[in-house]
Amino acid sequence: MLELAFFYMFAGLAVVSALGVVLTSNTIHSVMFLIFCFFNAAGLFFLLDAEFIGIILILIYVGAVMVLFMFVVMMLEVNFAKLREGMLQYLPLGGMIALALFIEIIAATGSGVFSPEGIPDPGHAAQSVNNTVEIGKLLYTRYLLGFEIAAIILLVALVGSIVLTLRTRKDVKYQNISRQVNVRPEDRMHKVKM
Amino acid sequence: MTWLDTGITAGIWALEILAIAVPVALGVAYITYFERRVIGWIQVRKGCNRVGYAGLLQPIADGLKLFMKETIIPTSANKLLFVLAPMLALTPALIAFAVVPFGETTLFGLWDTVHVMAIANLNVGVLYVMAISSLSVYGVLMAGWASNSKYTFLGAMRATCQMVSYEISMGFAIVCVLMMAGSMNLNEIVHAQAGGFWHWYLLPLFPMFLVYFISGCAEVARTPFDLIETEELVSGYFTEYSGMWFATFSLAEYGAMILISLLTSILFLGGWYAPLPFLDVIPGTVWLLGKTCFLIFVFIWFRATFPRYRYDQMMRLGWKVFLPLTLIWLAVIGIAIYTPGLSDIINFWRPGVGA
Repeated sequence: MLELAFFYMFAGLAVVSALGVVLTSNTIHSVMFLIFCFFNAAGLFFLLDAEFIGIILILIYVGAVMVLFMFVVMMLEVNFAKLREGMLQYLPLGGMIALALFIEIIAATGSGVFSPEGIPDPGHAAQSVNNTVEIGKLLYTRYLLGFEIAAIILLVALVGSIVLTLRTRKDVKYQNISRQVNVRPEDRMHKVKM
Repeated sequence: MTWLDTGITAGIWALEILAIAVPVALGVAYITYFERRVIGWIQVRKGCNRVGYAGLLQPIADGLKLFMKETIIPTSANKLLFVLAPMLALTPALIAFAVVPFGETTLFGLWDTVHVMAIANLNVGVLYVMAISSLSVYGVLMAGWASNSKYTFLGAMRATCQMVSYEISMGFAIVCVLMMAGSMNLNEIVHAQAGGFWHWYLLPLFPMFLVYFISGCAEVARTPFDLIETEELVSGYFTEYSGMWFATFSLAEYGAMILISLLTSILFLGGWYAPLPFLDVIPGTVWLLGKTCFLIFVFIWFRATFPRYRYDQMMRLGWKVFLPLTLIWLAVIGIAIYTPGLSDIINFWRPGVGA
């Protein structure tokens, strides 16, 4: 019963904060709502005994990805009043997409695949089951290829982003720490006979 | 479970939380006193010694002073986030203590089994601490942005860059510990180091110990990495704060400092185990807190000794020195574990996994 109460709390707050993300006019508030939404999603994972995934969600998304979001939003200074000017113009198309998505979700939930009979409740795992170990075992055996491919894609993205942003300017004075440290007084000063 | 049981459980939780939060708050207050006295001693002067016996009431006087001060909110500030930011900074620093094991006890033989003195004994304890402490960035970012001043904003950017950079090398240093212990449970990491100081991870992971502690120093913005809050750079993100809200930021800083010291003792210095096995008659909590106090002293020692880093030097240290070093050590440990001759040596520190 307590679990059900927690589920409705996390799920409800997730939905409310997700609405807050799109409805608030201040972009910083919007990002804060998104962070709160991630927190509640992590709470839902905890209720499913998936503590590893819940913590990773907080660590990666809240701790790292959202910091980047925040940086970008703070740096860009998006004027939302200006962006909203064309709102009526896009309303019919946007409304239709929203309606289509909504109908799809209703149809999917009503199809019976997600009904309690379709997915039997697995119950709670024993206290001794460590899902970090279980996930690790699966990732490094059965899904090793997919895991490695994901790692390589990430590496390529990493190298790519460095190549794209690294610009060396010729007119900038560059400090070489080891050269600075190795400087002797004789290199800088020399006696002049007067 | 009846409502009465639920109530009792909730009451016990509340007591457990108070049992950790109150000492932490008191600890923070008296670390400021300790810090001033120690720095005074190092610099051959007295330090605060007027209020109360030997200045012992000084932290309370300071707290009272800050409490009585007026809270000024700039007119152009975003009021909600301006008030919320110190809370966002303090909360992660405090809730990270939930998984820290302070020792093991049978409550003087009252219980049959040994209980761990932690609010929550999580399987992912180390990750939890990492995740929660990475959240303190938001307090800083929000404070800088909500003040609506370019100096605080630049200060917040600087602080965030510093925290994010050093988190990475801290994470890799922890990964080395996890490889040795084979568990993310803080309790089991301590157990893996049982039996004298030669079993501590300090020995096989000595470079990681240094990286972790120095990165921790940068993470909580202590000298020599305190360019987040220096006067010459207009104090950084909390320039516009005053009174109690300002104090909340330093409360968070000192709380995080205690946490880093505790975690360093747990991960590298054998947690609650004595350096020599026969000294284990002294309760484990005393050892753990003793190690923590020593590390806090080292933090203060740093402050009294080192000049401040320049911003680019600090970034260089994080990205070009610590990050490669942790990656190399990760490879060294990994290769050692899977190389037939070397694995016998390294397995000495991996009791649960190896021989």
